[in-house]
Amino acid sequence: MFQYDFMNNAFAAAGIVAVVSGIVGYFLVMRGQTFAGHALSHIGFAGATGASLIGLAPLWGLVGFTLAAGITMGVLSERISNRDVAIGIVLALALGLGLLFLHYYTSFATQATALLFGNVLAVDHTMIATLAVLSIVTLLALGAIMRPLIFASLQPELAEAKGVPLRFVSTAFLAVVALAVSECAQIVGVLLVFTLMVGPPAAAQRLATGLWSGLALAALLALAEAWLGITIAYYTDWPVSFCIACLSALGYFAAVLMPLPRARMTASEPA
Amino acid sequence: MNAVELDHVTLMLGARAVLADTSFAIRPGEFIGVLGPNGAGKTTLMRAILGLLPPAGGTLRVFGEAPQRGNPHIGYLPQVRTVLPDLRVRGLDFIAASLNGERWGLPHASRADRRMIDDTLALVGARALANRPISAMSGGERQRLLLAQALIGSPKLLLLDEPLISLDAHHQEVAIDVVRKISRERGITVLFSAHELNQLLGTLDRVLYLGNGRAVLGTVDEVITAPVLSKLYGTDIQVLRADGHIFVMSRGRDVEGSAHQHDHNHDGHGHHHH
Repeated sequence: MFQYDFMNNAFAAAGIVAVVSGIVGYFLVMRGQTFAGHALSHIGFAGATGASLIGLAPLWGLVGFTLAAGITMGVLSERISNRDVAIGIVLALALGLGLLFLHYYTSFATQATALLFGNVLAVDHTMIATLAVLSIVTLLALGAIMRPLIFASLQPELAEAKGVPLRFVSTAFLAVVALAVSECAQIVGVLLVFTLMVGPPAAAQRLATGLWSGLALAALLALAEAWLGITIAYYTDWPVSFCIACLSALGYFAAVLMPLPRARMTASEPA
Repeated sequence: MNAVELDHVTLMLGARAVLADTSFAIRPGEFIGVLGPNGAGKTTLMRAILGLLPPAGGTLRVFGEAPQRGNPHIGYLPQVRTVLPDLRVRGLDFIAASLNGERWGLPHASRADRRMIDDTLALVGARALANRPISAMSGGERQRLLLAQALIGSPKLLLLDEPLISLDAHHQEVAIDVVRKISRERGITVLFSAHELNQLLGTLDRVLYLGNGRAVLGTVDEVITAPVLSKLYGTDIQVLRADGHIFVMSRGRDVEGSAHQHDHNHDGHGHHHH
């Protein structure tokens, strides 16, 4: 299958995005903000369709809308980003808005499917370069805030007392998530960003107890699921995003059902 | 120089004065039991000392200086809120994340950091927690982990906000003993908030009793009296002493007993670790 240029492109693009999704998603899961990530992708849908409508590349609409939404959620912070109802209503509104933009956009059906469910087989070299640059920016930004982010995620009260600017850190993190969501949506679509951003990191967090081992495992799982998904799609002619979604679910539930190491669970210390 | 000094301090939480025009001074090395009904301002006072809540009036000094966020002389154990149930982060990494956690960039725990964490865990008898995931710990084990964390970096002042919550009776005794031993050895000033006075009777030097926007600092005999507590609770309080225990009663009910009933068994695992 590697004799086809579009397959090579698909592997390259999915590889780049999977690694970023796995790593950013690890913190999304750690902070219990997966729903916020889901909402960002839906808001991105409105951005992407809006961009198409005015003749821009959907990716930039995605990036612009998710970034704006992520930063807004971060600034409103406690008041909104952890409130499921508010987020749910905003994401429904965003999807509705996306539908309106599509309504005025002529190539309705193909465009909608590509945005909602991804179209990794249509990725070209320009897109790969763009995704690579975006990924580097995303990971650099995450690296810059990683230390206070972990502290603030695990122990917000203490982090605040030690001088961590909680609101800035959570806003910067949501901006990072916005970028990752935009990239991820190019591969698996806005509806299925969970498959790469939540499934693999959640599985990794069940299996690994160390930070670096967990991050590495999250990235590796996402990469494996993305590439294996494309391969299965190639041989079965099923949609790529479906295959990745299956592998993501399989990976997560396998990790959940795997028995925890008992010796550690019941280990007790000398009295 | 006093460890903590309040000079006509008023602390506001929204429109409510949690402390109004309050003055007292805590001397270095004192073990202070911080008591009072729910909402009396125990946590608020600690947040003010940490520099998280500027006083609306008066002067608050910590070792002679204005409170400042990130003060390295203060070890803080916040009141336990919900810990994400699925968090399989190891105890060691959990504490390591708090060391210099306010610095930007990638996390990094040096060998010296790890040894320091290990030594401090050993100090509170919790070395085995270093390699256990947080999600597999009982409430009591988590508390001991947090206590160890508060002791890292040789603080001169320990702010312990309800450290006995979710500990069973045995581990409550252990926790009190550990704090007392370490604070005596190192001359650390301790503010130890609790719902129950009796467990701390043998340990504390003085009591800081909060209530009704006021605070009274003094020995047990000075503070735990019907007139003082009646003022702080804003209702008729009787103080009964029996068999070395003190019972603070309001209309025949133990006010401390009824206040801390919701704290029982946050363990969630149903088994005890000894």
